[in-house]
Amino acid sequence: MMIEARGLVRTFKTKRGPVQAVQGVDLDVTDGEIVGFLGPNGAGKTTTLRMLATLITPTSGTATVAGCDLGKDPVGVRRGIGYVPQSGSTLPEAVAGDEVVDHARLYGVPKAKAIADGRRLFEELDLPGLWRRQCKTLSGGQRRRLDIVMGLVHDPKLIFLDEPTTGLDPQARANLWEHIRGLRDRGATVFLTTHYLDEADALCDRILVIDHGKIVASGTPEQLKQQVSGDAVRISLADAGQAPEVSKIVRELEGAVEVETDGDVVGFRIPRGGSVLPGLLRSIDAQGIELQGVEVHRPTLDDVFLTMTGRSLRDEDTTTPAAEKDAEKEAVA
Amino acid sequence: MTVLRETWIVFHRAMRLSLRNPMWSILMLSQPLMYLFLFGPLLKPITAQISQGTTTNPYQVFIPGLIVQLGMFGAMFVGFGLIAEYRAGVIEADRVTPASRIALMAGRVLRDVVVLVVQSILLLVAALPLGLRAPWGGVLLSLVIVALLGATFASLSYSVALITKSEDALAPLLNGIAMPLLLLSGILLPMQIGPTWLQRLSDISPLKHVVNGVRALFRGDIGSSSSLWGLFWVVLLTVVGLAVGARTFRKESA
Repeated sequence: MMIEARGLVRTFKTKRGPVQAVQGVDLDVTDGEIVGFLGPNGAGKTTTLRMLATLITPTSGTATVAGCDLGKDPVGVRRGIGYVPQSGSTLPEAVAGDEVVDHARLYGVPKAKAIADGRRLFEELDLPGLWRRQCKTLSGGQRRRLDIVMGLVHDPKLIFLDEPTTGLDPQARANLWEHIRGLRDRGATVFLTTHYLDEADALCDRILVIDHGKIVASGTPEQLKQQVSGDAVRISLADAGQAPEVSKIVRELEGAVEVETDGDVVGFRIPRGGSVLPGLLRSIDAQGIELQGVEVHRPTLDDVFLTMTGRSLRDEDTTTPAAEKDAEKEAVA
Repeated sequence: MTVLRETWIVFHRAMRLSLRNPMWSILMLSQPLMYLFLFGPLLKPITAQISQGTTTNPYQVFIPGLIVQLGMFGAMFVGFGLIAEYRAGVIEADRVTPASRIALMAGRVLRDVVVLVVQSILLLVAALPLGLRAPWGGVLLSLVIVALLGATFASLSYSVALITKSEDALAPLLNGIAMPLLLLSGILLPMQIGPTWLQRLSDISPLKHVVNGVRALFRGDIGSSSSLWGLFWVVLLTVVGLAVGARTFRKESA
């Protein structure tokens, strides 16, 4: 087990009184997994990550990280992990290669090995020829990859990535995803936080959904989506007047739920929507009803989040209580 | 010794960055140079009075004050650099390494001390053509005092920076401390020429004793009570300053 945490709690003092940013998180991460911590801003993702990375002390709870006890042997934990913070990890004026070498040496890596490993990582993470460049001259994606090099240079077993692709353009994100998948091929375990559904979906073997400081769901992306009641199907009709008839046919289908009519569109949810569709279309056709189009949507992680928490991850900014944002800010501070 | 090795790595990195952008160090030196050339001459007519007849060269009295000022003010504002590092995520990146928290501070403080001592030597050299004369022993001991003073104020500055984490809080705080310290230290003019109440008030400031000590050292009174008191106070300040800094670095980055 790479991470085994039990009952992690972290309380922050704010002007409005104490805020429990993390309210008893249990989690297990096995070797070689890419695990995503998904949740809106202020849900407690970063706070949990910073506790596991020894940057803040849990108010209560225990954890074993990379084989060492978090409370008793934080230095041992530090030796075993790499941490790539949201804020970056290099000074704009500094030379990229120098920062990497000094960082490695603080882990006790000898200078010559630090240089050799650093240069190899620059090649692997697609930063050729940038060794002597000032960090401020690098693009956003390049700086992110430099941060990852900083986190990897002592060859940790476990890598924490805090919101790795926030602020990157789509191309740089897709590129970074490739590199994060590559970390697993090196034999490392990856634990990342994200508030992007597509990122969690594309990258993670397993997802932990966190909201209000508690884990509300966990599983593979597929398992989580199966918890939502099926695929969303929308049937558009040529004549809105025939909608009641179609609605009646749909209601007779086994497993169809949330049947709704909106003008010339009939929508519903059903497990395995793709396989029931041919039969359904034949029945509609048999009634002589003309169709304009049919859409089937697989459930997204947003649907999962909506099902679990009753609110959408996309409008997080309007639904996150301000106090929790403060707490997260203080967690970073 | 891992701590020493780690301190060296942190020092080396900090020094390299200072040398890459020497503008800051040069600007810090320009302030005492301006005092030297634009304020020093004003002291000439009153030198005999303020030195109680020991010299007629104003720089003999003024330069010791200036290098103490350099040691204090040069180090006092290093916290701003730490906040910049903090914002860039460097402190965080340092903290996740197994390196000793003390080394993370000590390496940076050591850089500041080296910069200050070099600046002080440059200032002394600049004052030579103006007639500054002092015994080698006294000058060397004075540079040690400047180094210790620099270490004290640098670790206090880092400590406050790490607690406030905001330039907006740090600037008024430092200025609020710096101004009375400067005025009560007798750096610009010896406190002996002031009224009694002001002298008594300035007795509270350890820096006044340090300045008096350095002045005595420049006169060659190495064994005098002034210089011994100056040394006593600077060592005490250093112990307190480093202890506070070390405590903050440990606590804030546990």
